[in-house]
Amino acid sequence: MEFKFAIEGGNFSKAGSASSEVKKILKQLNVNPKIIKRTVVSLYEAEVNVVAHAFEGNMNVDIDTDKIVVKIEDKGPGIPDIDQAMQEGYSTASPQVREMGFGAGMGLPNIKRNSDQMNITSKVDVGTELEIINYFG
Amino acid sequence: MIVQDIVEKLGLKVCSGANGLNREIEGGYTSDLLSDVMGNADENHVWVTLQTHKNIMAIASLKELAAIVLVKGYEPEADAAEQSNEEGIPILSSEEEAFELTGKLYEIINQAK
Ligand SMILES: Nc1ncnc2c1ncn2[C@@H]1O[C@H](COP(=O)(O)OP(=O)(O)O)[C@@H](O)[C@H]1O
Ligand SMILES: [Mg+2]
Repeated sequence: MEFKFAIEGGNFSKAGSASSEVKKILKQLNVNPKIIKRTVVSLYEAEVNVVAHAFEGNMNVDIDTDKIVVKIEDKGPGIPDIDQAMQEGYSTASPQVREMGFGAGMGLPNIKRNSDQMNITSKVDVGTELEIINYFG
Repeated sequence: MIVQDIVEKLGLKVCSGANGLNREIEGGYTSDLLSDVMGNADENHVWVTLQTHKNIMAIASLKELAAIVLVKGYEPEADAAEQSNEEGIPILSSEEEAFELTGKLYEIINQAK
């Protein structure tokens, strides 16, 4: 099964809506609640990163009998140093975004902890692609 | 222990989501950093925070939290209150600061266990 959800850069009031749709689908499919929880955390963080750091993006979801594969791709500034971005506490978020409680630099580490596989590729001034894979078994 | 119990015991104001006052509480988490809550709070937890914008409801809904308690008399923004009513996840408000409120919540939730 494949699904695609658009993500708007800068629109914080909609942040989390794509992840919420995926959660509903996984619940309907009776996926193990523990795996739904992990997937929801990682998708939410990926979605918020597009909202907070990029211009626009998509969440492409592919659900198989044994796994969920999600590709979040965006057009945006890209990530110059992925190892640095992965460090707990590293954030380039603006003061306004931080005041709302985003920008703690815990997003990518949260994704790492809550996914079985995580792959990031990024090109500066073009965009970022993040792949998250969680197995149901 | 349900949300209504902490409303009564701590004299909290019910700002929105009154249709969820019978939700079960099993613990809590206190933080104003959204990723921290996303990563560490769990289902049926009460969340103590000073954040009042709509994203707190996105998190409460995704994590299936029992309720949100705002500190220092803060009130939810209109769109947050609206989503709280739709989802039946209450947003409550306390006059106290996070430290005092968390201490009291910790005590009553653990007594009930
Ligand atoms: N999709 C993205 N586009 C551009 N930069 C990103 C993206 N995702 C993450 N980053 C960069 O990686 C940093 C760390 O991300 P994260 O751990 O989620 O923390 P936070 O979002 O709180 O800053 C961000 O501050 C940003 O510089
Ligand atoms: Mg982030």
